[in-house]
Amino acid sequence: MGARRARGAIVIWNSASEFFAMGGYGLYVWGSFGVTAAVIAAEIWLVAARRKAIGNLVADAGPDESKDTP
Amino acid sequence: MQLSDINWFKYAAPQRFYPLAGKLLPWCAAVAVLLCVAGLALGMFIAPTDAQQGDAYRIIYIHVPSAWMSMVIYLAMAFWAAIGLIFNARLAAMLATSLAPSGALMTFIALWTGALWGKPTWGTWWVWDARLTSELVLLFLYIGFMSLHAAIDDIRRADRAAALLAIVGAVNVPIIYFSVKWWNTLHQGASVTVTKSSMATPMLAGMLIMALAFWAYCIAVSLARLRVVILEREQHTQWVRAELGVRS
Repeated sequence: MGARRARGAIVIWNSASEFFAMGGYGLYVWGSFGVTAAVIAAEIWLVAARRKAIGNLVADAGPDESKDTP
Repeated sequence: MQLSDINWFKYAAPQRFYPLAGKLLPWCAAVAVLLCVAGLALGMFIAPTDAQQGDAYRIIYIHVPSAWMSMVIYLAMAFWAAIGLIFNARLAAMLATSLAPSGALMTFIALWTGALWGKPTWGTWWVWDARLTSELVLLFLYIGFMSLHAAIDDIRRADRAAALLAIVGAVNVPIIYFSVKWWNTLHQGASVTVTKSSMATPMLAGMLIMALAFWAYCIAVSLARLRVVILEREQHTQWVRAELGVRS
């Protein structure tokens, strides 16, 4: 993609503000991308929290409850 | 070594699959990140503005991949739930429950981005047309699957009951996919099928790369969740206690 830019064939955005404005559709485009990023971050966080919780639960149960049933 | 030399059933045991999932996970995550960066670079900086929709069309880079994944994950969930039900396979049932939250999330993203795309292009956030309604039903199926599973105390009975719901609900997936053909919908027909595409090359490439990125992400996060589910459901076994560093 760098090569394409270098040839000067395609330049879509002339400035950062133009990029963020998205041709007047900024609210819709960034509202989509922002919420998607947020819920994906939340999903990863929830899985990590659940992993931590089960780790603590088993650790708190203490050594050998002789409950082993494989 | 040939593929037939590997005993695939070996990995049907949660204890054996747990480390395998742990090995696969970082690779899937890395692929997801790299493809996401590449897809967004292509879609947001190289692909030109659409002649009809302006830059609002750029929502496509998450809307279509998430909508595809919402259906793919449902079919995968129903498949593994069925395997779990028929063969009484614990790991398959655990995999089905691990896929459900990711599927629900993808469905939510598809609906949310669809609303934000519908407003500037159709003039409305929502219509009760066949495509949108059947996708909303998909969200309720995921929520129903998770609620039903959570409502039954006996985990193996919960697996079986939820599996039945998942299998029956699978009929909704072809309804979603073909809804734009079968009914007259406000939602447009498919721009991309296996054999043809009506999209410009950089737009299409960006969208397909994002679809692969979403695919890799969903595999990664589902494997991570599956590992947690395995630990939760096998928490009284020696190997889990050893894995979590508890003396026994």
